[in-house]
Amino acid sequence: MFADMAAGAGGYPGRVMTVESLYPRLEPLLAQVAKPIQYVGGELNAQIKPWDDVAVHWALMYPDAYEVGLPNQGLMILYEVLNERPDALAERTYAVWPDLAGLMREHGVGQFTVDAHRPVREFDLLGVSFATELGYTNLLEALDLAGVPLHAVDRDESHPVVVAGGHAAFNPEPVSDFVDCAVLGDGEQVVGDITDVVAAWKEQGRPGGRVELLARLARVEGVYVPRFYAVTYGADGTIAEVLRTRDDVPPRVGKRTVMDLDEWPYPKQPLVPLAESVHERMSVEIFRGCTRGCRFCQAGMITRPVRERTITGIGSMVDAGLKATGYEEVGLLSLSSADHSEIGQLAKELADRYEGTNTGLSLPSTRVDAFNVTLANELSRNGRRSGLTFAPEGGSERIRRVINKTVSKEDLVRTVTTAYANGWRQVKLYFMCGLPTETDEDVLEIAELAVEVIRAGREASGSKDIRCTVSIGGFVPKPHTPFQWAAQASAETIDHRLRILREAINADRRIGRSIGLRYHDGKPGVIEGLLSRGDRRVGRVIERVWRDGGHFDGWSEHFSFQRWTTAAAEELAAFGLDLDWYTTRERTEHEVLPWDHLDSGLDKEWLWDDWQDAISEDEVGDCRWTGCYDCGVCPTMGTEIQIGPTGRSLIPLSVVGARPQVDVDVDAAATDPVHTH
Amino acid sequence: MARQPDGPPPPPTVQKLRLRYTKRGPLRFASHRDLARALERALRRAQVPMAFSAGFSPHPKISYMGAAPTGAASEAEYFEIGLSQRRDPEQVRAALDASLPPGIDVLECVEAGEGTGSLADRLDATRWRIDLPGVDGDELARAVQALLAAETVTVTKRTKNGTRDVDARAAVVSAAVAVEAGCAILHVVVRQLTPTVRPDDVMAALAAVADLRPPLPVRAVREAQGRLDDSGDVADPLGPDRAVRSCCQEERAQV
Ligand code: SF4
Repeated sequence: MFADMAAGAGGYPGRVMTVESLYPRLEPLLAQVAKPIQYVGGELNAQIKPWDDVAVHWALMYPDAYEVGLPNQGLMILYEVLNERPDALAERTYAVWPDLAGLMREHGVGQFTVDAHRPVREFDLLGVSFATELGYTNLLEALDLAGVPLHAVDRDESHPVVVAGGHAAFNPEPVSDFVDCAVLGDGEQVVGDITDVVAAWKEQGRPGGRVELLARLARVEGVYVPRFYAVTYGADGTIAEVLRTRDDVPPRVGKRTVMDLDEWPYPKQPLVPLAESVHERMSVEIFRGCTRGCRFCQAGMITRPVRERTITGIGSMVDAGLKATGYEEVGLLSLSSADHSEIGQLAKELADRYEGTNTGLSLPSTRVDAFNVTLANELSRNGRRSGLTFAPEGGSERIRRVINKTVSKEDLVRTVTTAYANGWRQVKLYFMCGLPTETDEDVLEIAELAVEVIRAGREASGSKDIRCTVSIGGFVPKPHTPFQWAAQASAETIDHRLRILREAINADRRIGRSIGLRYHDGKPGVIEGLLSRGDRRVGRVIERVWRDGGHFDGWSEHFSFQRWTTAAAEELAAFGLDLDWYTTRERTEHEVLPWDHLDSGLDKEWLWDDWQDAISEDEVGDCRWTGCYDCGVCPTMGTEIQIGPTGRSLIPLSVVGARPQVDVDVDAAATDPVHTH
Repeated sequence: MARQPDGPPPPPTVQKLRLRYTKRGPLRFASHRDLARALERALRRAQVPMAFSAGFSPHPKISYMGAAPTGAASEAEYFEIGLSQRRDPEQVRAALDASLPPGIDVLECVEAGEGTGSLADRLDATRWRIDLPGVDGDELARAVQALLAAETVTVTKRTKNGTRDVDARAAVVSAAVAVEAGCAILHVVVRQLTPTVRPDDVMAALAAVADLRPPLPVRAVREAQGRLDDSGDVADPLGPDRAVRSCCQEERAQV
């Protein structure tokens, strides 16, 4: 499988170029680095297609370490969708750790794909999926290692077209110097459209060179080509205007939305790594989108409306995926899985179906309501009840109204107590710190809540052997949310509030020892904030940080706040701006935001009104149940809510196995809440 | 308060199988933990009826033995599994092999013979082949001579808990040098003591006695693992199981 790169006779028309594997030159280097297995590929369900059999070659990158990137659903889906096309191939590449990067530079080995170890430099497209902005420096490192010019304007038609996707691509302005295109929204269909454009352009002999190719791509729905849009700034530093520079590209770029999830049952053959990864399970996305309306949640806002996979669609994906992988655990993924219209039936029927097979079902449980406990009980039946996770997100009732995640303190304590009473030993509670309008008192209420939860829990379970872990992250305002105008709390504010919270929890040792506190300091959040709401001028800061040796910014041992603040101070001074201007400054209603020309479907006026409602602590309902409140997405995008129930049910499968048990862990690890890192 | 799984206890082990597999090509970079994960998943995919331990976190009954170090290839890795239903060993081998990535190839599977003792006890030595690209055959031969002539050669191993000194010479049973396609090759039989002397320890010993420092990374392959026989070679560790089996078959054939 590592040696099928010979040119097929009569390869694809156009520039036939058989690309050689870098593996023979890489192998001696691998003997000298940590965890070499992450670089060799060969995972179960990996695919290698002959280079010359296809017109279009995609390298797909997750800009973080292999162990984090491999389980990424988005990348896995596109890998399969593209490889199913007869005219395309896709291979994967991940960020290379500094030990190997150093050896690669020394020995002149470029950034490679893990599948056939082909040089990334030789692919037609490099698709990069940004789940978080902290991957930007890793993109620069990969481009440099690949021998691809850092700046899009310096590339010629022999270089790959660098395409950014993922949630962070909804504001790609900070990386607009480095990417050729950004894709907004669901990727399944748009990668096909892009492939068609590239194939046709190559077939025609590459007319008009790279610029013509990019112009054609800019006309594909959902594709934004930054170089065709000019940004001008006013005297106060804010954006004056964003104007297209050619009239054959759209003035605003709208996102893509896949409407029928059952038509896209991917991944069908999930990749199973040999190396350890962060998720040792397969995942099935049970619905996409969320209309709960949590105001901090970018994922919920940019993925509207809700589109459910049907119960039978989910059932067959679980079945096929387990067979294809040998995994022991299935995560039922979505932004709020208990909200699936058929979740109760689904949980019961899946638990029935896999009874006696040692198959675990996990649910990323994040809402605080009694139903979640019922559901978790059903899924766990006879199995281990270790950890249950809830995400109240805000410490006080008041702040929960601000973020639109309303739950009363009584309900919260009652729900968690019920969990303990049902045999769950460990409850994790997720919170955010630094939310708009937040005071010290709001955060201190987290301590009161945790103490009360432990008291009531000990009483209800009759046991002292229960634990509550409070996990708390600094809030980062994100584009396309009602909080996009908000002032971000400074690192000092966050650190101060975390400190007083820790003191409050430790005040009563008898209770405090049952409470764990997990948090990160406020500094990385400030940089994430700069990158999230930054504009094109921030690109210089990113480049400077990378040149100064910065990368793997999502890893505390590699992240250097100092490097970022120095770079920001020096690079932004030229514009009369600074880090605070991008982070702790509240924006005004009519300020042109860097992403205003990128259309998530949300109406800016609706977002502003929702922001005002947040400040006045007014809640908004969920349009699945309370009716449409005109956020703008459905009419703009021509979409509608797609939910069941379908009335169908799962028929039992005949399965081999010997143990009369379903092992269920409804666990925090099942999902990384999208707003914390 | 402690909840116990309802229902009957897990079914007992009714058959023990012993398997030999490889670590070839790029998969030589897999660690023993990587391999364990891959094997357990493959057992599930191949629907091998594994026996499990009891409790809320039942584990399949698998014993791994003496894994080759990360980076070393192997033609002779062994593990043992307990089944809750009897299966034909050859069918298990084929199904498991088909469920594993290329490079992890299951070569043999035999039923553990009654009264043959533990498999781990039969794995007390390894025959390594170490390729040393860029090293001159004569230079290697001189270094090997120096090593064999020494009484003891202490090398420092890096372990999880710091460093540890070990006598590499004591572990070396025999060593021979060959040259193939211009590449010097060291064939060495090493006794598996605690702590284990691995190919990089042998290389460290050669550096210590003769200042042999290969210009390129060396490549080691574990060619065989088993009990040291009288001739100083390594015996097939599955031999005793096969012997019991064929004698049973003969008995049955006679009836
Ligand atoms: S447009 Fe209406 S129905 Fe559609 S997501 Fe927005 S609020 Fe819900």
